[in-house]
Amino acid sequence: MVESLIAVAAALTGIAFLFALLRFIKGPSTFDRVIAFDVLTVISITFIVLSALIEERGIYLDVALVYALLSFLGVIAIARYLEGRF
Amino acid sequence: MESLLDITGGVLLVAGAVFLLLGGLGLWRMPDLFNRIQAGAKTTTLGTILILAGAAFLHPEWGFKLLLIGIFLLFTNPLSSQVLARAAHRRNIETSPQTSVDMLADAFSQKATSENDLSEKAGSDKDAEEKS
Amino acid sequence: MIEIMPALTLLFAAAMIGAAFVAIRVKQISIAILAAGLVSLLASVMFLFFAAPDVAMTEAAIGSGLTTFLFFFVLGRVRGDKHD
Repeated sequence: MVESLIAVAAALTGIAFLFALLRFIKGPSTFDRVIAFDVLTVISITFIVLSALIEERGIYLDVALVYALLSFLGVIAIARYLEGRF
Repeated sequence: MESLLDITGGVLLVAGAVFLLLGGLGLWRMPDLFNRIQAGAKTTTLGTILILAGAAFLHPEWGFKLLLIGIFLLFTNPLSSQVLARAAHRRNIETSPQTSVDMLADAFSQKATSENDLSEKAGSDKDAEEKS
Repeated sequence: MIEIMPALTLLFAAAMIGAAFVAIRVKQISIAILAAGLVSLLASVMFLFFAAPDVAMTEAAIGSGLTTFLFFFVLGRVRGDKHD
């Protein structure tokens, strides 16, 4: 029961990942790709939590913690570059 | 036999995944950059926090790390989307024509055409005055 | 019932190929840096899927975070006021 619910959640999140990846490949301007990058990072955090649930290893959550900190720094750096404030 | 805690966690996981799917669909379907920022920021924040809550229901011993990840996401995700929207506004990104609503323009044009139908000469004079 | 983890690994591998394709085909250099960062990020998640969390953490910190930040910092310093 719970395993099948986790599988359904992983499949739905995979479809969302595919949509964001298509926007990253297509995206007309740079900002569209930055938004798609941000969404892909958040979806990757979700995948890490789901894989920690599937494998039942709590050490995987540390990687999600590093992601939640570092993606923010990357997006801030990109935005400052695009504003022209470096 | 699963307990009620496991069922609740699984349902929260699927609900968060549905929100993430809606966010991805909005990111693909929206016509405009700012609409994409809106669709990409809010729904992914809510979906990820629902999935973290579902994981905390399934494994209560991971609660502290999951709470920490949720707090970081809750701080950083709106902040990064706001910084991006400010940078896009400063670079003068054009908006889609679908996003600007001007209902009075349609009403004025209909009024002008009906006046033209009633009295063609006066209407045309008034239009000429307005144009000049 | 198909297995979840091999399907996710295949999805991430295809996404890495797509991001690398963007990185070599696009004209603007900022988008190329962003796509390289995306390749590194997806590689980190794949390291995690292959049960190596320490390698995944290092790759996420160095490859995806620090390298992207450093490239954009240097690009902003070098180019002056001309962007894209």
